Amino acid sequence: MKKQLFKAFLFLVVVLTFVCTGMATQAATVNLNMYYPVAVGGPITKTIDGMIAEFEQENPDIKVKAVYAGNYDDTRVKALAALKANQPVQLSVLFSIDVFELMEQDAIVPFDEIATSPDDKKWIEGFYPSLMENSRAKGKLWGIPFQRSTIVMYYNKDAFREAGLDPEKPPATWTEMAAAAKKLTKRDASGNVTRWGVQIPSTGYPYWMFQALSIQNGEVLMNESGNKTYFDKPAVIEALQYWRDLAVKDQVMPEGTTDWGTLRQKFLEGATAMMWHTTGNLTAVRKDAKFNFGVSMLPAGKRRGSPTGGGNFYIFKNATPEERKASLKFIKFMTSPELTARWSIATGYVATRPDAYETATLKKYVAEFPAAAVARDQFKYATAEFSTYENARVKKFLDDALQNVLTGGKSASDALKGAQDQADRTLHSYR
Amino acid sequence: MITGNSDWVQKLETLAAWLLAFLWAAPLLYAAWAAFHPMDFVTRFDPLAPLTLENFRNAWKVAPFARYFFNTFVLVTITLAGQFVLCTMAAYAFARFEFAGKELAFILVLVQIMIMPDVLIVQNYQTISSLGLVDTILGIGLPYMASAFGIFLLRQTFKQVPRELEDAARVEGAGPIAVLWKVYIPLSRPTYLAYGLVSVSYHWNNFLWPLIITNSTESRPLTVGLSIFGAPESGVDFSVISAGTLLAVSPLLIAFLLFQRQFVQSFMRSGIK
Amino acid sequence: MKLPVQKTAHIYGWLFLLPAAVLMAAFTHYPVIAGLFASFYSTPKGGRPSRFVGLENYSSMIADPVFRQVLENNFLYALGVIPLSVTLALFMALLVNKKLPGRSIIRAAYFTPTILPMIAVANIWLFFYTPQIGLLDKIGSLFGMTSHTWLGDTETALGCMMVLAIWKDAGFFMIFFLAALQAIPPELEEAALIEGSGRFYYFRRITLPLLMPTMLFVLVNATINSFKLVDHIFILTKGGPDNASSLLLYYIYEVAFGFWDTAYASTLTVVLLVILSLLAITQFTYIEKKVHYQ
Repeated sequence: MKKQLFKAFLFLVVVLTFVCTGMATQAATVNLNMYYPVAVGGPITKTIDGMIAEFEQENPDIKVKAVYAGNYDDTRVKALAALKANQPVQLSVLFSIDVFELMEQDAIVPFDEIATSPDDKKWIEGFYPSLMENSRAKGKLWGIPFQRSTIVMYYNKDAFREAGLDPEKPPATWTEMAAAAKKLTKRDASGNVTRWGVQIPSTGYPYWMFQALSIQNGEVLMNESGNKTYFDKPAVIEALQYWRDLAVKDQVMPEGTTDWGTLRQKFLEGATAMMWHTTGNLTAVRKDAKFNFGVSMLPAGKRRGSPTGGGNFYIFKNATPEERKASLKFIKFMTSPELTARWSIATGYVATRPDAYETATLKKYVAEFPAAAVARDQFKYATAEFSTYENARVKKFLDDALQNVLTGGKSASDALKGAQDQADRTLHSYR
Repeated sequence: MITGNSDWVQKLETLAAWLLAFLWAAPLLYAAWAAFHPMDFVTRFDPLAPLTLENFRNAWKVAPFARYFFNTFVLVTITLAGQFVLCTMAAYAFARFEFAGKELAFILVLVQIMIMPDVLIVQNYQTISSLGLVDTILGIGLPYMASAFGIFLLRQTFKQVPRELEDAARVEGAGPIAVLWKVYIPLSRPTYLAYGLVSVSYHWNNFLWPLIITNSTESRPLTVGLSIFGAPESGVDFSVISAGTLLAVSPLLIAFLLFQRQFVQSFMRSGIK
Repeated sequence: MKLPVQKTAHIYGWLFLLPAAVLMAAFTHYPVIAGLFASFYSTPKGGRPSRFVGLENYSSMIADPVFRQVLENNFLYALGVIPLSVTLALFMALLVNKKLPGRSIIRAAYFTPTILPMIAVANIWLFFYTPQIGLLDKIGSLFGMTSHTWLGDTETALGCMMVLAIWKDAGFFMIFFLAALQAIPPELEEAALIEGSGRFYYFRRITLPLLMPTMLFVLVNATINSFKLVDHIFILTKGGPDNASSLLLYYIYEVAFGFWDTAYASTLTVVLLVILSLLAITQFTYIEKKVHYQ
């Protein structure tokens, strides 16, 4: 009888041990919630989900859940709202320029505190420097580039040929672009335009497009500390005047604002021969274009240039030390050369690291489709995207001024001076 | 209206009515055209154009419509349930009881007709946030459960129930709750149906408040899903958007087309003061 | 022990009212007062907590050019949408009330926009308004009209919003007029026929006055909608270009959830509430008089 009891007891102990270990390993699973802005049109969710599944296979103790929250603005609003409501959110892909706002809301942790090993440091140094510009503030590193872009010029090669232009030599300067656009603008018998020469979108993210023009004329729009803007510098005013003149003087662009969302469709339907747009459109344009198209760097004013754009990974302060470590692991995985290459091909975003371009995957793709390398090559002329404290508000001052001028309101100089005043009043308490 | 019109006036009126009807239905008809044809035919009205379900497939893939449908369904259901319970009780109180502060309470209810929770987004968001209900379906529906409109409607209906019926029930020993349950509610079925249809339509289509409260697909209803779906960063593909839009509106639209009379009657009934 | 009847009535009355009262107080009455208080404080930011600032928010608001623009827009918008949609609704109701062929299809066509969410129809109308390749311009080009940047022109952007709102709401108001029309006893019409009165006379002296209560209801609704319904802005223009198509509630959303400036948003909300209350009171008193005159 005693032996039976003892055996039963032993059995129980063994079972309990298994159960407890099982529970312990369960408890050791880290759950990560990640907000991300699926920002390009296309079945991107599948790609992200696939990459997450691969990660979870390699790391069975970490579970990642991706929350699709809309475009960049929506995602920022949502992520901050979730944080304020104390919902579990550990990391997110957010606009690279939200860094000051996130710092001010005390929402994020600098990577310097988490990525401490020599291996980590090597990994950080592997990104394109121009992409890291938007990540550094107050001497610390706050974001890791993930889906980054620049603006490129898409042009209709068939239209070029038709207008007597060389389809392999897209315009390289402002003057060349205006001249080419004049040849490309088609009018019907009654003088109505059936095809515009070039269009630059001025809704959605007008400040981003304007940054390109401004840097091409030699000026940046804000300082590195995010507390001063330069809207009323003469070269900046000149840049806006060039934009406006394309519509009014050269008449190669429609008056009024050009819609961000529908521009791609207009290009595909041949309503415009050239368009400035994010490199993130590349895959979609390639799929849907029924004509030969080309992609080139933006033309130079005094120099070439484009702002970078897109999203970085951020880790939130709310995350526990364990969750932070897990997040870092995940981020390093997602930005490994091979995955970066795959992500770039699927979306058209630029690969964020030189070593991604060395992978067989991306080498092959670029060989077949040289347009994919244009944005990368433009990196050496790239500058940080517009980022300041109270970013949403200050951006709006600039956006409103730009739209005002493009719809025939104030002069470029008046509008930009007005915006500069407003920005100064908002930012002056941060200096 | 007055009969004895001249014939051509009658014909003119018919023409006007039909023209207006066509104008009014045009956007929806156009969306249907764009959704069922490939992208090339978005602006070409070729009657021989091939039909396709590809747009619907794409739309379904890009956004979790199934989840959105589910969320919206749960949302309108619990909101309506809450409204039925709360408004019935409140209407009963106003219709059949004399209590201190009744007039003042009624005026305060009147206020909500003009000032709905929808315009008080800033404060209501903070309230919901402190209740921990952000990004939940309950959080979306809660501010609407005490509906001034519902209280009005039911109070009106209850007032018209003959007192004799209530007295009869009381004679049999029924207390106030039993009277409500056995007499007033059953007799007000048409009003409940009418109010139900109005409420479901309203909350199915509500956008701003759900936009603010929901952060993720967990609780996001169709309207918010549509707005995200229709505004990606790089560009819009109109045929896919039309397909997605049609998907989202189809339940309500089909219900409406099948039960047109009931819908119309409901809205009509709810307007009669 | 039985309480006197009046006492039980009081208790029961309040018990039944309580749940609704609590929720209504929480989500309608409390926010109004809390918002008013919040407008006298500053928004907490980063390291700086909220502090009492008196009327400072109000003075910055008056100095804010976007606020002035948005207010002007909303008034223009209301002035355009309300009369047009109500008149159109009345016209539609009169048409549908007759025995015209295909009546239920016509009625369905008028009412369908009401059933659809504004977000959905805005997506469709976005394409209508797209220049050159959009439907409006394509149809226009058949008639030789030039392409127009409907949503990208400060002159026409607000008008485009108004057209959409009228299209959406007219059918909704039509229903209420229809109900009222059908409630008019046919004997009145017969009597008028016998007396030989013309159609317009009948309409002006008999129909219209009888429709007054419904007219009040419809006007109040139309007014509330013109300040409350801003869904289409999210899809069509996001308030642009340069705030030309922005409305007050949309600006409140931008300030509260884009800039996280809750104090300023509360200040703007106070203005919105004052406007709504004034409009409500005006409409009630003006039309009450007309209604009682019969």
